[in-house]
Amino acid sequence: MEVLKIATAGSVDDGKSTLIGRILYDTKSLTSDKIEAIEKTSQQKGYDYLDFSLATDGLVAEREQGITIDVAHIYFSTQKKSYIIADTPGHVEYTRNMVTGASTSQVAIILIDARKGVVDQTYRHFFISNLLRVKDIIVAINKMDLVDFSEEKYNAIKLDFEALMQKRDYKDQNITFIPVSALKGDNVVQKSEQTPWYTGQTLLEHLENLNKEDVYNEGTPRFPVQYVVRPKTDEFHDFRGYAGKVYGGQLSVGDEVVALPSKTKSKIKDIYFYDEKYQTASRRTSVTITLEDEINVSRGDMLVKANDLPKIEKQFTATISWMDSENLQTGSKYLLQHGVHKVLAKVDQIHHKINPDYSGNDTEVNALEMNDIALVSFKLNKPIYLDEFKKHRTNGSFILIDTQSNNTAGVGFIQ
Amino acid sequence: MNVDTSTINPLENEAIYIFREVAAQFENPVLLFSGGKDSITLVRLAQKAFYPAKIPFPLMHIDTGHNFPETIEFRDRLVQELGLNLIVRNVQESIDQGKVTEESGKYASRNRLQTTTLLDAIDEFKFDACIGGARRDEEKARAKERIFSVRDDFGQWDEKNQRPELFDMLNGQIELGQNVRVFPISNWTELDVWSYIEKENIEIPSIYFAHTRATFLRDGLIWSANDDVVYREDDETVEDRLVRFRTVGDMSCTAAVLSSASDIATVVEEIRASTLSERGARIDDKRSEAAMEKRKQQGYF
Repeated sequence: MEVLKIATAGSVDDGKSTLIGRILYDTKSLTSDKIEAIEKTSQQKGYDYLDFSLATDGLVAEREQGITIDVAHIYFSTQKKSYIIADTPGHVEYTRNMVTGASTSQVAIILIDARKGVVDQTYRHFFISNLLRVKDIIVAINKMDLVDFSEEKYNAIKLDFEALMQKRDYKDQNITFIPVSALKGDNVVQKSEQTPWYTGQTLLEHLENLNKEDVYNEGTPRFPVQYVVRPKTDEFHDFRGYAGKVYGGQLSVGDEVVALPSKTKSKIKDIYFYDEKYQTASRRTSVTITLEDEINVSRGDMLVKANDLPKIEKQFTATISWMDSENLQTGSKYLLQHGVHKVLAKVDQIHHKINPDYSGNDTEVNALEMNDIALVSFKLNKPIYLDEFKKHRTNGSFILIDTQSNNTAGVGFIQ
Repeated sequence: MNVDTSTINPLENEAIYIFREVAAQFENPVLLFSGGKDSITLVRLAQKAFYPAKIPFPLMHIDTGHNFPETIEFRDRLVQELGLNLIVRNVQESIDQGKVTEESGKYASRNRLQTTTLLDAIDEFKFDACIGGARRDEEKARAKERIFSVRDDFGQWDEKNQRPELFDMLNGQIELGQNVRVFPISNWTELDVWSYIEKENIEIPSIYFAHTRATFLRDGLIWSANDDVVYREDDETVEDRLVRFRTVGDMSCTAAVLSSASDIATVVEEIRASTLSERGARIDDKRSEAAMEKRKQQGYF
């Protein structure tokens, strides 16, 4: 079954948790013991409605403060698809969480409070979904019940948002506006009778009808070698298989390939998925490939089609989203993980900090703090085999690991 | 024939990818095996990840001594058939050594005591990665868990300071003494696991299927009565019921559900229609709303 990952973004009190709770409730994904727990707590708090936000707020620390600390994953399914929602907090200080959630998602839901309209946070949420090239965006204009389901209000917000869309880099993004009330359930799963002027789909209908082609754009085939399989048994005495995941386009038996960095050519002999041989491996499948020739390939190397090589670079520039409490500075060294390949990287230059609000107000800085986004140049001790992020979402991204704390300190999108 | 994500489950591809990252990034991984359906699924996924080579790490079972006998028989048979290397460490030993004290009373369970035995075993074998079958849909603290989850020297989980996981990239860098808990089926739901077991025709212990068992009722849940492990009050009457188990934890903390589902197909159908979450039948989570979060902070699996 198809699995669709969805990132959610909204400011504090935009009703994000309520929306997720509503989706779960209306798709009958909440279990009786969870509904029981929600009813019990809602009653204790003296509410006369069900507080769906309780379906997602997990940790004690969060409930005490009434906030969402971190990315939580929520699951539901319909007859047609399985869905994974990455629930990311909307606080100013938590840009890193939204970047994280959006990195694995094909769809992003941006929530807007109908009473407040487009706010500073909306700019940021749209900027990040655009920076990460999330293919499908749903702008859910929420709390329509509090503005009497006003078409005028809805249109005004839509117009404001469309002005924002003019400024984006990634123009192929599909953007859909839906008027909803998460609390009352209008246009989330069920069509609302309160919005006769809205002829579009409900939020769930939209998700159900998205095609795979609508949400994946990954570029040409890249096969980073994760692990070399050498059974050394009697039956498979000379077997040497390259285990990895296919990114971008597909690979087939007989394809002429080049191993990087050695640039040795060979042909794909067999493609295994477990104990079966296949003719072709599509994107996102975890297969094991054997080659016609005995060449030296190890973890971190990459197999690519001979007529379609990536760039082989020891220096490059990337947009960085910084996620660590320790600042990034010119001259600092990090472990750079590009897919499954690790090299040492040195910060060559911080060009400027980018204001994630489309204001164009870039600022000169000497260091990056947590949640900063900036354009940064790097030098590496060994080359990596890269594509521009806009051409290849997987092969154009990397993480930076702090060599002292081992923390994942930031993520980069190659220019 | 094509390998493609419409015929091969995307979750399966993700899990295989994670297994290979573990084998490549760590020196001394271990697969924590409970004999339950989730860890049995992990074994199948690991076989797929490394075929035609054998699974390149051992299995370890932390035996509370309160397991269902059916699970232990199944475990030993599976290990033998697949030629796997199994390590067993017993909670009873930790009790005998005076490291932990057995709980007493109506809700006594060895579930919490496992943590000490597990941490000691990690120390003993110097494991740097422990692969487990936890899923994010099981429980709200688990919903915040990473795929690679770093634990400090004391096995503790720091929920507020977790590494972000971006795209497919898994950061397994750790210091000596730390270890990583790895959850390859993080993104699977209970139904995903059952559907996979059905599709792959994977054998599982018999207690997952409907059978007649001597049971008694407590707090609206059905408990096994045909052994000495579960404490029972005099007024809790024993009755034969047709039941099955949805999870295979300790006998002392795993309740049964009424069911006539006698094969995988009917079990999958039952799960689809069910409205009670599988942890609803685990008394260890009912202790308080934050039970799992607390146990995880202390190093529970």
